[in-house]
Amino acid sequence: MEEEKKIRVIIAKPGLDGHDRGAKIVARALRDAGMEVIYMGLRNTPEQIVETAIQEDVDVIGLSILSGAHMALVPRVLELLKENGVEDKIVLVGGIIPKVDEEKLKEMGVAEIFGPGTPTDKIVEFIRQRVGEIRKR
Amino acid sequence: MDEDDVSVLVASLLRGDRRALARLITLVENRPRLRDRIMSLIYPYTGNAYVIGITGSPGSGKSTLVDKLTGELRTRGKTVGIIAIDPTSPFTGGAILGDRIRMLSKSTDEGVFIRSMSTRGSLGGLSRAAYDAIALLDAFGKDFVIVETVGTGQAEVDIVDAAYTSIVVVTPDMGDEIQAIKAGILEIADIFVVNKADLENVEATVMALQMMLDLSDKGDWRPPIIKTVATKGVGIKELLDAIERHRAYICETDRIEKMHYKRSKVRILEIVRSKLMDKLIRELENSGELDRIVKCVVEKKMDPYSAADEILRKLDKK
Ligand SMILES: Nc1nc2c(ncn2[C@@H]2O[C@H](COP(=O)(O)OP(=O)(O)OP(=O)(O)O)[C@@H](O)[C@H]2O)c(=O)[nH]1
Ligand SMILES: [Mg+2]
Repeated sequence: MEEEKKIRVIIAKPGLDGHDRGAKIVARALRDAGMEVIYMGLRNTPEQIVETAIQEDVDVIGLSILSGAHMALVPRVLELLKENGVEDKIVLVGGIIPKVDEEKLKEMGVAEIFGPGTPTDKIVEFIRQRVGEIRKR
Repeated sequence: MDEDDVSVLVASLLRGDRRALARLITLVENRPRLRDRIMSLIYPYTGNAYVIGITGSPGSGKSTLVDKLTGELRTRGKTVGIIAIDPTSPFTGGAILGDRIRMLSKSTDEGVFIRSMSTRGSLGGLSRAAYDAIALLDAFGKDFVIVETVGTGQAEVDIVDAAYTSIVVVTPDMGDEIQAIKAGILEIADIFVVNKADLENVEATVMALQMMLDLSDKGDWRPPIIKTVATKGVGIKELLDAIERHRAYICETDRIEKMHYKRSKVRILEIVRSKLMDKLIRELENSGELDRIVKCVVEKKMDPYSAADEILRKLDKK
């Protein structure tokens, strides 16, 4: 009898903007959905995020970005994941992202983008489904 | 994932691949059958890391201390593995693991590997997987492994079975709580840290601890009391020196061998107990036997003790 493996998620806030209310709400919702959330607090560099993702062996990396610096930060995270041979992680972005950038980020490998006010249920559902697909492989 | 994949992963870990280390910790946490295989492959390579336990009330500054202590160890040329354990929510099985926030600067240091774990089913205690994770970090070649656990109940006592030096963190703002420190904690502490020594009442806190130590009988090692301001790095050198003194103390006689003997025994019995229980429960459930006996108790045809005895008699027959 194999136990079911818990879904592990990093919630990180790259960039310099100040508060993490939204990130905390999402972190709590994921915990309440039975996931293990590694909470990284504020001002994480892409290097810190990717190294943490490796050491913690997470399934999902959630990036909360309000500063508008997403086109610099997110591609850097994706690049580092590739460099380290761990591009199998699901990368999610939360925050205000213009439509044009959304398309670009998804092309680069971001799995989904959640705008402000997205119901947390939707995020939970998305993660469960994606992780389920990957584990079946 | 099968046994061959596991062997490949273990070989990678021994070559120093941190991704393999991370994967293997996940496997020992989640896959009992593979865990047994992993641990038997790993065991010959363990026994070199010095394990330090840090416990104390929520918010007392444990993670900040671990961060600074790690910095000091790195300056002294040592590599460090960290296991930070937070409680699992008993209602949802989920957890928020937030200790890394205080250790961000260490997350890109190649000589440091940090892993967050939740207590899972172990009722606030050190999860069994934590022991296995310590062994994996040890085999990976870390000189020191530091384990942070929340100071609520069982974990404090459990940590003693994993660490060679156990540190209990208290703060001056604990007030009367100090007096109420349970005898159990006093016994496990090899070193006391009074952190947040920048706050008021530091001396009163130290005095209260001194008095408790005067009254207790801890053999020939009297736990030193180290004052720290973790946020500013004050007292960290003194703390590490105290750790090294304690290490010298347990290594100077056959104390460490006795510790190993006692711990190995406890661990083996712990594993036997859990495997036996798993097996027994599975058999009882599958045969419908458990259901039958429970119903007898519900219908007052049998009391719970006799019911348990009946189950145990089945074991005897084997
Ligand atoms: N004034 C003061 N604050 C400190 C000191 N050490 C830590 N803190 C603060 O205490 C708070 C808790 O610190 P942590 O290191 O997260 O404490 P912890 O014991 O690991 O907390 P949990 O893991 O949540 O139980 C943080 O806001 C720290 O900045 C200190 O020496 N003095
Ligand atoms: Mg902590």
